Amino acid sequence: MPEISRDEVAHLADLARIDLDDAELDHLAPQLNVILESVASIQGVAGDDVPPTSHPIPLVNVFRDDVIRPGLTPQEALSGAPEVDEQRFSVPRILGDEQ
Amino acid sequence: MTSAVTTLVPFEKVLETFDPTMGLEVHVELNTATKMFCGCPTEFGAEPNTQVCPTCLGLPGAMPVVNGAAVESAIRIGLALNCEIAEWCRFARKNYFYPDMPKNFQTSQYDEPICFEGYLDVEVDGETYRVEIERAHMEEDTGKATHIGGATGRIHGASHSLIDYNRAGIPLIEIVTKPIRGTGAKAPEVAKAYVAALRELVKGLGVSDVRMDQGSMRCDVNLSLAPKGSEVLGTRTETKNVNSLRSVERAVRYEMSRHAGILSAGGSILQETRHFHEGDGSTSAGREKSDAEDYRYFPEPDLVPVAPAREWVEELRGTLPEPPAVRRARLQEAWGFSDMEMRDTVGAGALELVEETIAAGAAPQAARKWWLGELARRANDHGLELTEVGVTPVQVAEVQGLVDAKTINDKLARQVFEGLYAGEGTPAEIVEKRGLAVVSDDGALSAAVDNAIAGNPDVAQKIRDGKVAAAGALIGAVMKEMRGQADAGRVRELILAKLT
Ligand SMILES: [Zn+2]
Repeated sequence: MPEISRDEVAHLADLARIDLDDAELDHLAPQLNVILESVASIQGVAGDDVPPTSHPIPLVNVFRDDVIRPGLTPQEALSGAPEVDEQRFSVPRILGDEQ
Repeated sequence: MTSAVTTLVPFEKVLETFDPTMGLEVHVELNTATKMFCGCPTEFGAEPNTQVCPTCLGLPGAMPVVNGAAVESAIRIGLALNCEIAEWCRFARKNYFYPDMPKNFQTSQYDEPICFEGYLDVEVDGETYRVEIERAHMEEDTGKATHIGGATGRIHGASHSLIDYNRAGIPLIEIVTKPIRGTGAKAPEVAKAYVAALRELVKGLGVSDVRMDQGSMRCDVNLSLAPKGSEVLGTRTETKNVNSLRSVERAVRYEMSRHAGILSAGGSILQETRHFHEGDGSTSAGREKSDAEDYRYFPEPDLVPVAPAREWVEELRGTLPEPPAVRRARLQEAWGFSDMEMRDTVGAGALELVEETIAAGAAPQAARKWWLGELARRANDHGLELTEVGVTPVQVAEVQGLVDAKTINDKLARQVFEGLYAGEGTPAEIVEKRGLAVVSDDGALSAAVDNAIAGNPDVAQKIRDGKVAAAGALIGAVMKEMRGQADAGRVRELILAKLT
């Protein structure tokens, strides 16, 4: 039976940049466990003869020709941006995280 | 973060106590017309956010499709690096939250790289080092963030960042070496030679511009030190984005000195990324490797696996050019270059240009002389690649043809090149328009020689007395009068005919 600890939930929240307080962690960790248990019941159905898959259809090598296709105009691309400056997406600085 | 000032140990001293181990990660941006998973163009230098679509912006519902040409390029790079090509492999999501990746994951490959287990032999001072390749995998580039408000364009002190997603999704091949050991004092040069050899190889395949200055080839340098003779690897640091061949060498050298300083003082190395500073060749602390490295990779459900048929792989193997080392040896033999001349030619990035110039009719030494002299100087002065100086190999051969025909001399040839930079026409037209042809009219030359003899009676007398070497002074005087437009050999003949 998989189990996700409160610490793991806190770690995942941190990775996902979601600020959860103690009460929320107490609340969410058991809920995530319920979800994992449900998924685990599906895992039980698969026998040893069923390999794990990452794709539902047994296809390989679906390739696109290297041909330019029209995309978005800058105006369209930026239309959903909360803030725009110099035709670019303006985002708050992120500390301690330079890639 | 380390804040203590570290004493650097002089490089020669490092080797007395420690053995270096390196790992090099090189990202190569492919020169496909379109991005890895969408049909957006990849041209460098376009206006911000003009080469984007729902897929590379990570908009909801957009679906990626693999660029077949990028897979082909990846396989060809792998084959050229003597790699195995996976029979079946998948893409994976590398999850992280940073605004340069709008999807909040980078599509990459994790434990199933398309190419693995290869090697590249590199030469340093006549000795060959085999650099083993761990893997070469496909992934996509990130967007470009410009940090506003910080003093150095870095994030520290920045108030906000501006993002251009033109680069997001451009196909990248990441080539990762196995730990490189046993190079000792040669470690910095082996690192540089490896990146140079890789650049040459990829360039030869024609799959990337491999311009380190434009970021189409980027190198991360991992380095650790272990006590001499120890089998246990030390803690490594990863210096990111080292973007010139010289910087690769300097980064290795600096980190070796820095690590040795810390270890010798009884300290321990922090596993972290480091930034390289071009100015003084130093590195500074970046991110500490920690939980942030938890990328929670999983197979990309929106893409189907890549399973290159063996027939296709063999067909691509047939398209590989002659390996660079073999080709260099063949050309050196054919051109009669010394080892040093050949090394300089390759080092200057002039091999193809010299080859094409020779093919267009110039003698090998003449072709080398122009590309590594006059033209290299111009490239250097203007921060250009040799291919961008505004002169083609055919034109260089034409200029040399004019020199060979004694229509112009080397000095005048430089003025012809200036005409070529300025787009004044063909070399022959420039000679005509600028009136550069040497004066072959013996009447005019003869008069200038007479003037020179009359103006330098002492020199003339020396020559009459048999000191032929003194003729140089008279030749100089004649050339001055002819404003350089004379064939020095012919002038010499005339002087000697008159005085001996
Ligand atoms: Zn796109």
